[in-house]
Amino acid sequence: MGQTMAEKILSRAAGRPSVTTGEIVEVDVDLVMTNDITAPLSISEFRKTGLEHVFDPQKVVFVPDHFVPAKDIKAAEQAKVMREFAREQGTIYFEIGRAGIEHVVLPENGLTLPGQVIIGADSHTCTYGAFNAFSTGMGSTDIAAAMALGTTWVRVPPTIKFVYSGELPEDVGGKDLILHTIGQIGVDGAHYAVMEFTGEVIDNLPMDDRIAMANMAIEAGAKTGIFAFDDKTRDWLTAVTDKVLEPVSSDPDAIYQQVIEFDVSNLKPLVALPHLPSNVHAADEITDMPIHQVVIGSCTNGRLSDLREVAKILEGRQVHPDVRCIVIPGSQEVAKQATKEGLADIFMDAGAIFSTSTCGPCLGGYMGVLAKGERCVSTTNRNFRGRMGHRESEVILTGPRVAAASAILGRVGSPAQL
Amino acid sequence: MQINGKVWKFGDDVDTDVIIPARYLVTIDPTELATHCMEDIDPEFAGKVQPGDVIVAGKNFGCGSSREHAPISIKAAGVRAVVAESFARIFYRNAINIGLPVIEAPQAAQEAETGDLLEIDTDKGNVHNTRTGNTYPSTPYDAYVMEIIQAGGLMEAVTRRVQAKRQAQ
Ligand code: SF4
Repeated sequence: MGQTMAEKILSRAAGRPSVTTGEIVEVDVDLVMTNDITAPLSISEFRKTGLEHVFDPQKVVFVPDHFVPAKDIKAAEQAKVMREFAREQGTIYFEIGRAGIEHVVLPENGLTLPGQVIIGADSHTCTYGAFNAFSTGMGSTDIAAAMALGTTWVRVPPTIKFVYSGELPEDVGGKDLILHTIGQIGVDGAHYAVMEFTGEVIDNLPMDDRIAMANMAIEAGAKTGIFAFDDKTRDWLTAVTDKVLEPVSSDPDAIYQQVIEFDVSNLKPLVALPHLPSNVHAADEITDMPIHQVVIGSCTNGRLSDLREVAKILEGRQVHPDVRCIVIPGSQEVAKQATKEGLADIFMDAGAIFSTSTCGPCLGGYMGVLAKGERCVSTTNRNFRGRMGHRESEVILTGPRVAAASAILGRVGSPAQL
Repeated sequence: MQINGKVWKFGDDVDTDVIIPARYLVTIDPTELATHCMEDIDPEFAGKVQPGDVIVAGKNFGCGSSREHAPISIKAAGVRAVVAESFARIFYRNAINIGLPVIEAPQAAQEAETGDLLEIDTDKGNVHNTRTGNTYPSTPYDAYVMEIIQAGGLMEAVTRRVQAKRQAQ
């Protein structure tokens, strides 16, 4: 019987010829990751085992990104706990100045490879499915157990196949595709399942757009999202690693829980209105929604191609006087490139700020927290109540182009309206 | 295990950002996290909830981030169990791992209201509502998950394994 790529990866990691949907298997993990807000708990739980060392320091990685550069004393203490543990254990560690947001940094450093099982104490760990890995988010205690044992348990998920056909319109990208998908199936539409993204549109889709899609699989309740490996994946990865790549592909007779097809030829740039990522509408249908802030960045859309798109729109224009526009590169590497290419100048000339890499406002940490009654258009991935600040503030999710256009318009709007 | 508790009812898609907002993620102290439990969905909750109460919710409870601070704050607030139509998967794992009983019982969740008294028998997998007089079934735990529950949480189970390995060596 045929297997999906997710099933193949889990079979290999479980040391078995095949696995069955619904059964629980123990799998070897290739990479275990935590960040500054989830690591302290993982570390204290790990200590409970009495073990002196993590299972393999080269497979354990810590990334300070959520509240660093430390936003306050408590955040500094948490980052310190993590930093000291990483040093003590000799694990992989990315300090600020050489790092950025975990889901941008790990791929950039060639740590997320096809066929791997990757788990992280961060729900957007599903991002690495863009590289044909099985990657999923867990809590701190699960990560502590994996740091101790080098294994974790997984209930073998069913796979839902998404087929995107047609021709993708100019102003529409990966973020719109995933918002459209979540809008159609709902925030638990892929509950517990793997979302396999396929079709001619996906074949032609650039890597950064695929990454943005995999990133938001969790927003449909999925365990992970996954893409086939192709030339685009190979080119991307061979630029950052010389490791042998071991991709997997789904068999033609693999069994899917469901196949969902979308013709996206008429798709428009989209937004998700408060307070759920599934509350999706066309950006140009929202005519009268003034905004106070725009955030461009995050593990979803803080990559170089995103910033290039934003710069194209902001160049020669001015951010609306009532809007604070905050551009946050996804990593130090992205920041460097954006500066070199002159993008940083374009942002600042337009009246935006360009900061160092951090999660910052994405989760309401700092660097752009919202006051009561404020509304923000953001390229991040969650618009839950209170996500970016006061519980009576609002976040509207969208892709980089609509975010840039909205910053200029001072309201929700699309590039076509400029 | 028998859990009897007064119900606090919530709706669908209760996410971890409203269970414990990110502004409080600068600590892992359960008592401190408990004082902000459910703050962005019901700012008065932490003041109203009594030890032994249960949370009842709709579909997809605990969706969103992987923060274990969410089930920790619920448990530390004195909540004995969460009954829901369904759970988001990371929250479900986290709750099991830290020993917060999570019970998937769709009909029980739909019919319960704030103030009801639920009698939950986790061994039999039953949820009884004293107001409606009905007894509802719940989805049984996988054997693997049951082992974690019986060990008292994931780290207890892992520690046992580590010790057994040591003794064998
Ligand atoms: S950028 Fe936002 S979603 Fe991504 S890891 Fe940071 S806090 Fe989470």
